[in-house]
Amino acid sequence: MGNDELLEKLKELFPDASIEQGNDWPELLFEHAQVADGKFLEVVQTLKSTNEFLFNYLFCETCVDWKTHFNMVYHLESTQYRHSMVLKVKLNHEQPSIDSLSFVYRTAEMHEREIFDLFGIVFTGHPNLKRIILTEDWVGHPLRKDYDDPINMIKL
Amino acid sequence: MDVKITEPSLPFPGSIQDTPGGGIVLSKLDDVINWARSNSVWPLTFATSCCGIEMMSAASAKYDFSRFGFEVARATPRQADVIIIAGTIVNKMAPVLKRLYDQMPDPKYVIAMGACAISGGPFFYNTYSVVKGADHIIPVDVYIAGCPPRPEALLHALITLQEKIRSGLTRDQIRAQFSEDGK
Repeated sequence: MGNDELLEKLKELFPDASIEQGNDWPELLFEHAQVADGKFLEVVQTLKSTNEFLFNYLFCETCVDWKTHFNMVYHLESTQYRHSMVLKVKLNHEQPSIDSLSFVYRTAEMHEREIFDLFGIVFTGHPNLKRIILTEDWVGHPLRKDYDDPINMIKL
Repeated sequence: MDVKITEPSLPFPGSIQDTPGGGIVLSKLDDVINWARSNSVWPLTFATSCCGIEMMSAASAKYDFSRFGFEVARATPRQADVIIIAGTIVNKMAPVLKRLYDQMPDPKYVIAMGACAISGGPFFYNTYSVVKGADHIIPVDVYIAGCPPRPEALLHALITLQEKIRSGLTRDQIRAQFSEDGK
């Protein structure tokens, strides 16, 4: 499916989300409230199993700290149709949490542990949510913009 | 203190007294041992980032540090004489580096290759994970500047290390010598 066609179908399917054409792929942005209470898993399952989408490959999962809020960013691709899209979810900065995708895409398990480690996003339903890169006793989440470590960091 | 550093043009430390039918070599055992050691300094395969690529280049056919006695890189610290810290040392790597150094047999030498190993280099500011200089963890004999240094620079550092070994001085003696010279 081409990007324009994909964009139209996504608008049809998710009328309340904000959808726009990004630089490369259609981008679908949800507020956290829109996908709370397990609705996020439904959205992802729809994208994965609907016959015209078949987004069966999560090729990138990451997070962005915008200081006022976090954005979870999921890059999805269909290995059958070779089309891709970006799924974003806006999370609040105080207690960021979102449903884990590790049972939909196994690859998410490691990505989510890394995001938890460096950004402190809590993934509900994750089977083994603990630090993956930093030591177990580490305090804080270093990729947050407000992270400070007066012992190890020399500020410029 | 009158210290004679063996010049590269003087391959063997000592003098040869010609006698009829041959000659007698006069030398000090320490000098001979240092001379032998300096010509067989096997490095440890230890590269944590891009400096490692330059180190591999210095080891391979074009630069070939085997010519100077750095024969072959060993994959175990128990067979290595020198550790070339080729790359960034992060806090999590620091205990590993210390352990590798402790496992090397004496006498052992350390070369800090490149900006990261010297001071943290490009990662000096605003980072939570990088050790600001490998000499916080283990003592360093020779520092090479560069980001990364060229293979020629590594060769120069290795030859400098050889001269240091041949001089037979400890770190403290070298420091005292430098302060006497007013350097």
